[in-house]
Amino acid sequence: MDPASAKLIGAGLAAIGTGAAAIGVGNLFGQFLQGALRNPSAADGQFGRLIFGFAVTEALGIFALLIAFLLLFT
Amino acid sequence: MPDPIHQFDIHTIIPIKLFGWDVSFTNSSLYMVLAVLLIAGFYMVSMRARSLVPTRIQSVAEISHEFVAGMLRDSAGHSGMKYFPFVFSLFMFIFAANMLGMIPGAFTVTSHIVVTAALAALVFFTVLVVGFAKNGLHFLKLFVPEGVPILILPLVVAIEVISFLSRPISHSVRLFANMLAGHITLKVFGGFVVMLLGAGSYSILAPLPLAFAVALTALEFLVAFLQAYVFTMLTCMYLNDALHPGH
Repeated sequence: MDPASAKLIGAGLAAIGTGAAAIGVGNLFGQFLQGALRNPSAADGQFGRLIFGFAVTEALGIFALLIAFLLLFT
Repeated sequence: MPDPIHQFDIHTIIPIKLFGWDVSFTNSSLYMVLAVLLIAGFYMVSMRARSLVPTRIQSVAEISHEFVAGMLRDSAGHSGMKYFPFVFSLFMFIFAANMLGMIPGAFTVTSHIVVTAALAALVFFTVLVVGFAKNGLHFLKLFVPEGVPILILPLVVAIEVISFLSRPISHSVRLFANMLAGHITLKVFGGFVVMLLGAGSYSILAPLPLAFAVALTALEFLVAFLQAYVFTMLTCMYLNDALHPGH
């Protein structure tokens, strides 16, 4: 296989990782909403933790996206 | 399509050679100096009045101070407040660098792994030095959690050591990758607009990626703040490990 096309396939494969991160972020917000609707008075206090979890989870998707970009553009 | 990596190029502004090392003043250094001057200038201007009832600009300074102080107090306790100047300068520098990078055409300092790795190494070695200086060899209790059966203890210790050693890697790559990928994404969507405009009758679709780029810019502002917050938050947690190992 010629290296240019292998690079493109690799970038496509790396982008699958962003979907996995999407599952994580969806799970995070879903669970938060579930907890928040059970005890709405405690929900506001946990907002910082929610955002922290979001940033840490989202970063893993960004890692996959980064690999895809590096394969595409360098 | 224009090359989206081009924006991360480093140009020499003032070439300096020191003992055979290339220590030139580059556009990266320029933006770091700008970030520091911006923070210092902001605090000098905002705190000049020092009134008991803060003016608008003074309350911004106080809120940012209280924000970082609260973060450190919550995760490292009152004994952690000694390291407040370190944590606060770290937060303000990363935040200012990220925000400067959001200006179109500007250079993002934190999109280079060498900068974030230096910051993460600074945190890592601070934690090591503080941990051993405060607790002596008790610091090693960090790797030995209490209440673990003796049979699986070697495995747990190995995992704890590896996770401790991989901290600076994940700490630096998180910030770097977020800024790099975000800025590349913005550039790619900008490239779509240009490509569609040059595509004859398809140019009617050009506002679509433009609207997406605007939405992504808003998301990038959020990410620029969040990543500064996360970096500082993790620093606070690591400092907590150094001050209270075995908790």
